[in-house]
Amino acid sequence: MSTPTLNQDDEVEVGRPHGQPGSHDHSPQVWLLRLLSALIVPAVLVIFFFTFEFLQDPSTNKVLQILVAILVGVGGVWLLYWAMDRLVNSLPERAGAGVRPFVFAGPAMILLGFYLIYPTIDTIITSLRDADGEAFVGLANYQLIFTESTYLISLRNSFIWAVVVPIVCVAAGLAVATLADLLPKRSEQFFKSLIFLPMAVSFVGASAVFFFIYSFRPEGFGEQIGLLNAIWVGLGNQAVDWLRVPLWNNLFLMVILIWTQTGFAMIILSAAIKGVPDDLLEAARIDGANEWQAFRRVTVPTIASTIVVVWTTILITTWKVYDIVAVMTGGRDGTSVVAERMVTEFFDFENNGVGAALAVVLLIVVTPILVVNIKRFQQQEALR
Amino acid sequence: MTATTTERETAGRPLKTVSPKDKRDSFSLSRVPVYLACAFIALLWLIPALGLLISSFRQEGTIRASGWWTVFGNLFDAGAWTLQNYTSVMSGGFGNAFANSLAVTIPAVAIPITVAAFAAYAFAWMDFPARNFMFAVVVGLMVVPLQMALIPILRLYTDLDISGTFPGVWLAHAGFGLPLAVYLLRNYMGSLPSSLIESAEIDGADHFKIFTRLILPLSTPVLAAFATLQFLWVWNDYLVALVFLGVANPANSVLTVELASLVGQRGEGALSLLPAAAFISMILPLVVFFALQKYFVRGLTAGSVKG
Repeated sequence: MSTPTLNQDDEVEVGRPHGQPGSHDHSPQVWLLRLLSALIVPAVLVIFFFTFEFLQDPSTNKVLQILVAILVGVGGVWLLYWAMDRLVNSLPERAGAGVRPFVFAGPAMILLGFYLIYPTIDTIITSLRDADGEAFVGLANYQLIFTESTYLISLRNSFIWAVVVPIVCVAAGLAVATLADLLPKRSEQFFKSLIFLPMAVSFVGASAVFFFIYSFRPEGFGEQIGLLNAIWVGLGNQAVDWLRVPLWNNLFLMVILIWTQTGFAMIILSAAIKGVPDDLLEAARIDGANEWQAFRRVTVPTIASTIVVVWTTILITTWKVYDIVAVMTGGRDGTSVVAERMVTEFFDFENNGVGAALAVVLLIVVTPILVVNIKRFQQQEALR
Repeated sequence: MTATTTERETAGRPLKTVSPKDKRDSFSLSRVPVYLACAFIALLWLIPALGLLISSFRQEGTIRASGWWTVFGNLFDAGAWTLQNYTSVMSGGFGNAFANSLAVTIPAVAIPITVAAFAAYAFAWMDFPARNFMFAVVVGLMVVPLQMALIPILRLYTDLDISGTFPGVWLAHAGFGLPLAVYLLRNYMGSLPSSLIESAEIDGADHFKIFTRLILPLSTPVLAAFATLQFLWVWNDYLVALVFLGVANPANSVLTVELASLVGQRGEGALSLLPAAAFISMILPLVVFFALQKYFVRGLTAGSVKG
């Protein structure tokens, strides 16, 4: 089997998926039909959704709106695909075989093109223009981001988040998974569910939860109702407005994300730990390794690839964090991060150029991960 | 990608006569430190949420007057507890926001699943020009931050006068969820034995029939996994709902947006409503989480590269 390359157009693959005669037909007519068949489903969907006024009217019965949406979004879309498939059946067999895959895969690609690919290109162009998106200003927006102190603070904070949160989550997740592995089965399930639970909670909800931890009242304004201050005052200190303490306030915000993401790290790492062959650990113990050495020298290297995947996933989540900062501090007192600054810049200051440039900064940092993922996918395909 | 590695690792694991699990199920004194450590961690993890839950049932005045932990002094004083917070939150806009959250979430889960399932089948079982290139694009798009889409899409929506509408948010969520959906479904469908498809072809079934009658029913686990992920993601989303719904049309704003503005107020009045409001926003995800945890974990494991 040939190694797939990025533009593997005319190679007929041995094995599956098997082509039919005509599936690689490159005549203009067939390509036109392919394009049309990809466009029709999204187009009909959009036309339907946006021509029916009542779907946009907030006074219409919500239940009715939801029902119509589900009916169209599932039933209607289904019907469209079916109708398109029938249409392709009426084409000559060769042309049909060339067009049919695009009836299936085309609508998804069109949606992706519209909601992710086109906006990405547009945002990159916008980042090279001024606040109104009119005059071309070159790299001036980027220059501003990397020199002006307000943006430097956002960048600095984002990097601190990206370093601290993934490492703490992976370390805590690994520790908790190892501990849980020592518990009886029932308790293990229960314990893991508890730690995993915050994963189901929104970042806004998690912020509300921690609102009652960090709450602060100046002296004379009543009892402290925030847990942290109650403990702090109980130890004989002055109450502190935790979210306004420079630098430390970033850490207090990070705790919220760590609270929600550690469960994720634990669940995935726990599955990997259970996959470590027992005879490997046994052999290490016979050779005189204690439990810690067995863990460090056998378990950790064996699950290293899983650790990297978990770390990367949490890194991406952390790098794009918006909700927690926006809700808890609004980026005040030196807590701003890039994703939050981007929204502020765009909505509050209506500075399209700088907002777009900040979004591009978000993209650039995850680009290596993107490249690695694609490379890994191509290697997998080569092995198939 | 993780899924395949772990599965392979588990498969290669030798059969054991006595699994360590069996040994662990009996109580042993030497493991007391482990129990204590676990209990401590569990408590540490629960306390924040517990405080909020307790507060949500306290009298309006007392939430503001004293810390929630003071209830342990008079736990059985019936007068200290109330459902008033929940009723006033529900009648004060959160009832409407709950309906909006449902109106956003259900179609935003249903639409991408349908579109992705067809695409995944094509990527797994059909041959066409640029197939691998297009799928590589899908893999790449999984990590593209949705922040990249905010400015152009909002500008376009505003020009078309559709910002603040439900369909606009449905399609946006569908677009953002598609890369992961196509990726997960394609990997699953592609791992089904090809003999199944070949024998169906010999029986004269066409692609549409093979897809609807054979592949789709066999793919229920991965469909459920993605549905769970996408449900939690859309229901808990704040940014997309704020940008495409809340700003332009406050009447359509969802639970997270309402809750965020309550937290943002920081006022003493909001303080008594906040705990109940937060729990109302969490009820459905928690139910889904407990009911579908198996699928949720499967989706997370297989898709832990999403952006």
